[in-house]
Amino acid sequence: MKSLAELAAIREKMQNKVNLREGSGEIRVVVGMATCGIAAGARPVLNAFVEGVNEAGLADKVTVTQTGCIGVCQFEPIVEIFEADKDKVTYAHMDPEKAKKVIEQHLKGGKPVAEYAITNV
Amino acid sequence: MIRSQVLICGGTGCTSSGSGALVEEFTSQIDAKGLTEEIKVVKTGCFGLCALGPVVIVYPDGTFYSKVKKEDVEEIVSEHLLKGRVVERLAYTDVGYEVDEEQLKNISLNDTTFYKAQKRVALRNCGVINPESIDEYIAMDGYAALGKVLTEMTPEDVIKVVKDSGLRGRGGGGFPTGMKWEFTSKNQADQKYVVCNADEGDPGAFMDRSVLEGDPHCIIEAMAICGYATGATEGYIYVRAEYPIAVARLKKAIADAREYGLLGKNIFDSGFDFDLHVRLGAGAFVCGEETALMTSIEGNRGEPRPRPPYPAVKGLFGKPTTENNVETFANIPQIIFKGAEFFNSMGTERSKGTKVFALGGKIKNTGLVEIPMGTTLRDIIEVIGGGVPNGKKFKAAQTGGPSGGCIPASLMDTEIDYDNLTAIGCMMGSGGLIVMDEDNCMVDIAKFFLNFTVDESCGKCSPCRIGTRRMLEMLDKITEGKATLEDLDELEKLAYYIKENSLCGLGQTAPNPVLATLRFFKDEYIAHVVDKKCPAGVCKALLSYKIDPDKCKGCTLCARKCPVGAISGSVKEPHVIDTSKCIKCGVCMDNCKFGAISKG
Repeated sequence: MKSLAELAAIREKMQNKVNLREGSGEIRVVVGMATCGIAAGARPVLNAFVEGVNEAGLADKVTVTQTGCIGVCQFEPIVEIFEADKDKVTYAHMDPEKAKKVIEQHLKGGKPVAEYAITNV
Repeated sequence: MIRSQVLICGGTGCTSSGSGALVEEFTSQIDAKGLTEEIKVVKTGCFGLCALGPVVIVYPDGTFYSKVKKEDVEEIVSEHLLKGRVVERLAYTDVGYEVDEEQLKNISLNDTTFYKAQKRVALRNCGVINPESIDEYIAMDGYAALGKVLTEMTPEDVIKVVKDSGLRGRGGGGFPTGMKWEFTSKNQADQKYVVCNADEGDPGAFMDRSVLEGDPHCIIEAMAICGYATGATEGYIYVRAEYPIAVARLKKAIADAREYGLLGKNIFDSGFDFDLHVRLGAGAFVCGEETALMTSIEGNRGEPRPRPPYPAVKGLFGKPTTENNVETFANIPQIIFKGAEFFNSMGTERSKGTKVFALGGKIKNTGLVEIPMGTTLRDIIEVIGGGVPNGKKFKAAQTGGPSGGCIPASLMDTEIDYDNLTAIGCMMGSGGLIVMDEDNCMVDIAKFFLNFTVDESCGKCSPCRIGTRRMLEMLDKITEGKATLEDLDELEKLAYYIKENSLCGLGQTAPNPVLATLRFFKDEYIAHVVDKKCPAGVCKALLSYKIDPDKCKGCTLCARKCPVGAISGSVKEPHVIDTSKCIKCGVCMDNCKFGAISKG
C-alpha cells in the first residue's frame, strides 16, 4: 500500500458490499414477494431496484427490501415506498422499466410517479 | 447484484453450538433456489448474544434469528429470502414492549433491549464484517486511521490525541494509555517493541477472544499506530493457544496486511516500517502479567520480574516496550479516525469511552456487551442481561475474576467506572462479569477463585506461593464448619499481608475475592463459623438432607435412586436417610415428587 488513494479505491469498491449492514436508510423500498408477487414477476422488479439504487449512488439513503403478501394480489407486482414523515406510496403492476423511472423520478427527484401509483400522490 | 446478506456468527460460542454447518446449509439452499447472485452468506465474528446461538442476521432488514438449527435453514431461505416473510418462530423480538404483527416484521437487532443500550466502539465490527476479509475491514474505514497517522501526523500528535481521549488500560489496571505511550517514546534505543496482551486468563472472560476473532485487523492497525507513535518497528501479539479460531484469523489477517503493504517496509510511502509476530501462550494465568508475558515471549519460563525498571524503560529483550491489552488497542483506530472528542464525550469524568463485559453466570443473556462507562450495574444486569433466570434473586456480581471482588445487590446502582469500583473494594478487571443468585454461597465463591490463584501462582515469591495456599486452607476449614472467629481475623490479616508483599499483580490481587466477600457478606462467614450452617445450601459438609415423615408417601423412588443406599424404609411407610452414609449428592431431593425432602 503506497498511498491513501489506493486505500480509498478498495474502500469505494467494497462499500456497496457492506453498507447493507448499516441499518435502514431514510427511504425504504419494499417489494411484495409472496407467491402472488413472484408469479406476477416481482423478482426482476426487485433486482431492478437493487441494481438501479446502487447505480444511482443512492445506496446510503435507500434500503431495498421485500415483504410478504400485501393483500391486493390483482395489482402485483406491488412496490411500496416508505419515507419518514411522508405518506406511503404504493405502485402497482410494476416491471423493471417502470422501476427505472421510479428510481429516477421518485427516489432521486423526490416526485412520486403518479401514473403507476394506486395511492393518492 | 447482492440484495440481501445473511450474516452467520462464527465466534467461538456459536461455532460450538453448530454455526459451521449453517454456513454450508445456507449456501447450498440458496444455490438450490437459484439465489446465489442475489444473496451473500457471510461468516462474521461474535454478535454478543452467545446464550441464543447460533445466531443469524438477515440484512437489510436486520432480522435477528436465534438458536437456528440446520433444519431451520430451508424455511428461512424459502420464506424470508425468497418471499420476504419473517420466520416469526425463530426471530428474536425482545424489545421490551408488546409488538403487533405488523411491527414484528420490522424488528431489527438494533431495536432489541440487548443491543439498544449498548454502544459499540471496540466491538464495532464484530458481527458486522467477515473477519477473514481485509477488504471488508477497509470498507468499514479500516486502516484509514493508520493512513492518517503516517501521512498527516507526527508521533507527538498521535500521543496527544490518545492522551486527550482519556483512554485507560482495559486489561484491568486502568493506567492512562497515552502516558504509557509517551514514556516509551521518550526513551532512546536502537530497537523498541509493541506488545499486545491477549493472554486472557480470567475464568468467564472472553472479550479479547471475541475481538481477535471478530475484528483482527483493528488490532494490527492499532499496533502499527502505536509503533509509529513510540518509535517501535516490531510488535508481538501474545495469545493463548486455547484460542484456535483467534490465532488462525490473526495469522491470516497479518498475512493479508503484509500482502497489501500495510505491514512491512515503507508503509504508505512514509518511510515507516512495522511488522508483527504471533506468540502462543501455553495457558499460564501469570503470563497475563506484563513482565511475565515478556519473559515468556523471550522463551523463558513465564515469571514476573520486579518493577522498576518498567517496560517503557527496559521491557521485551531489554528494550523499551509498550504493552497494551486487546480491548485497549481495539479503541485506538476509532479514536484516531474520529478524534479524541468522539471518545471522551462518552463515559464519566475520569473513565472515558466504553467498556466490554463478558456476562456469565446466573443471567439470561449470557454474552458480550459493550456499554458506555457510567452505566449502572442494574442496567447491565436487568436491562441488557435480561435479569436473573428462574425467578431467583440477584445476590452479587463478580468483576475482575480472581483479581477482583463482588458487588452486592445493595450497590447495584453504582455507576461502573474505574474509580467507583476501586472505591467499593472491587476492580474493573478485564471485563468478566459473573452474576450470582441466592443459590450461590459467597464463601464457596471466594474459595473457588482462591483455588484458581493457588494453582496459577508461579511460585517465584513466597507471599503468593505460600500465602494463598494458607488462605485456601483456612477457607476449607470454614466451609467444613471447623473454623473459629479467630480464624476469620487471621484470614483477613494474611490477605492484607499478601496484597502488600507479593511481587506482581497476581499475588497483589489474589486476596481480593476473599476481602470483598468478607466485607459485604460477613454474615455468611459467621453463619459457617458460629452456626455451622451454609445459608445458600452449597457447602456439603454443613448440609444434611431430611425426609419429612408427614409428606413422604413411601413411594421408594428416593431409596432406589440413592447411589450409596443411604435411604431405607418400606413401601407406603415414611423413609429415613442414614446421614452417616449420605454423600449429599441431592439426587433424592431432585427426584421426590412430593417435596418431602429438604436440605439445611
